[in-house]
Amino acid sequence: MNSPKEILDDELKLYEARKAVHPQRIDGTFRRLKWAIMAVTLAIYYITPWIRWDRGPYAPNQAVLVDLANRRFYMFGIEIWPHEFYYVAGLLVMAGIGLFMVTSAIGRAWCGYACPQTVWTDLFQHVDRFVDGDRNARMRLDKAPWTASKISKRLFKWGIYLFIAFWTGGAWIMYFADAPTLFVDFWTGNAAFVAYTTVGILTATTFIFGGFMREQVCVYMCPWPRIQAAMMDEKSLQVTYKDWRGEKRGSVKKAQKNPEEFGDCVDCNQCVAVCPTGIDIREGPQIGCITCALCIDACDRVMGEVGRPRGLIDYVTSDDAEAERAGKETQPAWKNLLRVRVFIYFAVWAGIGLAMLFALGNRTRLDLAVQHDRNPVFVQLSNGDIRNTYTAKIRNMENRPREMDVAISGLANATMWEGGTTRPDQQTTLRIKVPADTVAKLKLFIATPESTSERDEFEMTVQGVDDEAPTDTEELFFERPKN
Amino acid sequence: MSENKYIDEATGTETVGHEWDGIEELDTPMPRWWVWTFYLTIIWAIGYVIMYPAWPMLNSATEGVLGWTSRGELAKEMDLREKELEPIRAAMVATDINEVAANEELRNQAINGGASAFKVHCVQCHGSGAAGFKGYPNLNDDDWLWGGDLETIEYTLVHGIRQPDHADTRFSQMPAFGRDGMLQSNEIQDVVSHVRVLQGDEKASAASQRGAALYSANCVICHGENGEGDRFQGAPNLTDKISLYGRDRASLTETITNSRYGVMPRWNTRLDPATIRMLAIYVHSLGGGEAAPQPEQSAEADAGDEQS
Repeated sequence: MNSPKEILDDELKLYEARKAVHPQRIDGTFRRLKWAIMAVTLAIYYITPWIRWDRGPYAPNQAVLVDLANRRFYMFGIEIWPHEFYYVAGLLVMAGIGLFMVTSAIGRAWCGYACPQTVWTDLFQHVDRFVDGDRNARMRLDKAPWTASKISKRLFKWGIYLFIAFWTGGAWIMYFADAPTLFVDFWTGNAAFVAYTTVGILTATTFIFGGFMREQVCVYMCPWPRIQAAMMDEKSLQVTYKDWRGEKRGSVKKAQKNPEEFGDCVDCNQCVAVCPTGIDIREGPQIGCITCALCIDACDRVMGEVGRPRGLIDYVTSDDAEAERAGKETQPAWKNLLRVRVFIYFAVWAGIGLAMLFALGNRTRLDLAVQHDRNPVFVQLSNGDIRNTYTAKIRNMENRPREMDVAISGLANATMWEGGTTRPDQQTTLRIKVPADTVAKLKLFIATPESTSERDEFEMTVQGVDDEAPTDTEELFFERPKN
Repeated sequence: MSENKYIDEATGTETVGHEWDGIEELDTPMPRWWVWTFYLTIIWAIGYVIMYPAWPMLNSATEGVLGWTSRGELAKEMDLREKELEPIRAAMVATDINEVAANEELRNQAINGGASAFKVHCVQCHGSGAAGFKGYPNLNDDDWLWGGDLETIEYTLVHGIRQPDHADTRFSQMPAFGRDGMLQSNEIQDVVSHVRVLQGDEKASAASQRGAALYSANCVICHGENGEGDRFQGAPNLTDKISLYGRDRASLTETITNSRYGVMPRWNTRLDPATIRMLAIYVHSLGGGEAAPQPEQSAEADAGDEQS
């Protein structure tokens, strides 16, 4: 049992001060993959809002635009209205399930390569290296007193941080308005206040999270690493130090003298030096490991130099680790991907995707919603006819003005006219014009002769003049006073 | 003092001094930042009490040096909104009501403005859906005592109905035939029979024949030969399906015996011309609105004169 003295060890405090991480430069397969993914993700982020997409004269020509002011979401050929927001919800669900799928198959790949926090931290660490030199130089500079040269170096570095942070926030707002216009407005002081606020907030968060908090965001703030623990199983890839092969650690010389006692690890500490989160992978899987695999690159290089086989640190599933430790045969990597769990995730993911594509392909761009006025429900006219009033909303979701027919059927001797016009003798179809991308609101009067029926059912339809069939139908009631 | 202090050995923190079976409660001091925040809130509160209404008194609260009140804020917002609406109000009365209604944007603004004014000033009698009650006309239908075009509706609103102090008010006066002894009660029943024939609710009978003669003598001058009414005098059409005070025998007997005098305020003493105009356009839009009467030749000639 621990005595209170042990528990209250001076070293143990509620908060642990952060130890600065100074990852060393490394090159290798995974580093190159990281470069490529960084280039692709940053390019997507910065270029997307500038892509133009011709939608005709009635809609914006920006390929991807979240038009909050007009409540439209444009994505290339797709335009989404607020009532179709489930497409966005579906995309988010797909993103979530995609994340589950990737995690169960190849572990924390998102954390290691694609997460913005990882990408921007990586970018900022390259800035560190560019300004202050590599690991050792940075560690020296960190400890050095605050001389003029250190201060100027720090200011220069933070200036670059701020520049990157500013352009990160600056790119974000381009998704919410016409990018070229907003760009000019922004610099001439004509942009909306919210644009400046957003850029300010995102600049601050990027500056702080990317420049200073870095791996602490992953370890302490982000919920995803915690959730991931539930997603992963013994067949998920994780970066593993093969202790059965590496231990006992010792220098090449020692190992040459005593090959039986020492394993492959030469204890060069390169895996620790290159780690962007500052952990020692040889202590086993841990929350700080984002599986960026830079330690694999580092270890492979060292193994190559000392003439030992690569893969002392490698992507291994924990099942395979067990097998390898016991000297049994391991699974080929692709077999780890082909398992029920991954298939189920994939099936759900693809199912949602297909369902949404199907719905997108079949959605109509013209619809009708009708409300029967309740106060009063009916009005008796001087010739004895009964009139009901309806408010119809006709949504023209196409980017062109359209002519369309609103028609009623199933109501004997009925006549329909629009508010503000005079009553015609017999009319069951109204030809109306709805401007592009607009909801038209119509006040419709329908009158029928007196009848003993208190309530008649009928249908109202809307059909574009260039459509072959009505695109939307509403079932409605016509009501009369009690006899 | 030091005797009263109980220090926990392990943490060096003071305890509250009680002990339960060896369990003690640490009296950990509040964090410094918390205490300072607390003091700051007190200082803030003092300033707040001076600046803003704070202490409740018998009739109202202390006023505060800034003179801020929630009513004042509301009044400011209302003033601001009124200023915003000023150009619309000006546009409402700038031209002829028919021109205002022909402008789609103005018409929509008038209908919205009229609907909200209606909810304040008109629903008490005409109902929230303007469907009226017995004696209070339904404004949704196409039956009008005085006429249903925009100008006529506006005139009725401006001058009211049966406002004794006002010369231009709408004023129709049917004699109280029974009460004033102009018709005997059996004669009234005959007239009722005739009116119900006109309404289409009864078949012609001996009583209605007698009533027809009485009708010709007493009623034709206002209600017309065939009961078609006369909007110039505000005399209702007796042949349609809408009756303001009921169309059964009892109601008609009451109407002919004592007559009916509905009233409506003249709104020009209570509302500004723009609001009245919006109300007229709103009521006109409810479904019974009539087109403006065709201008006669002379009117056209006048217009020509104006242009020249």
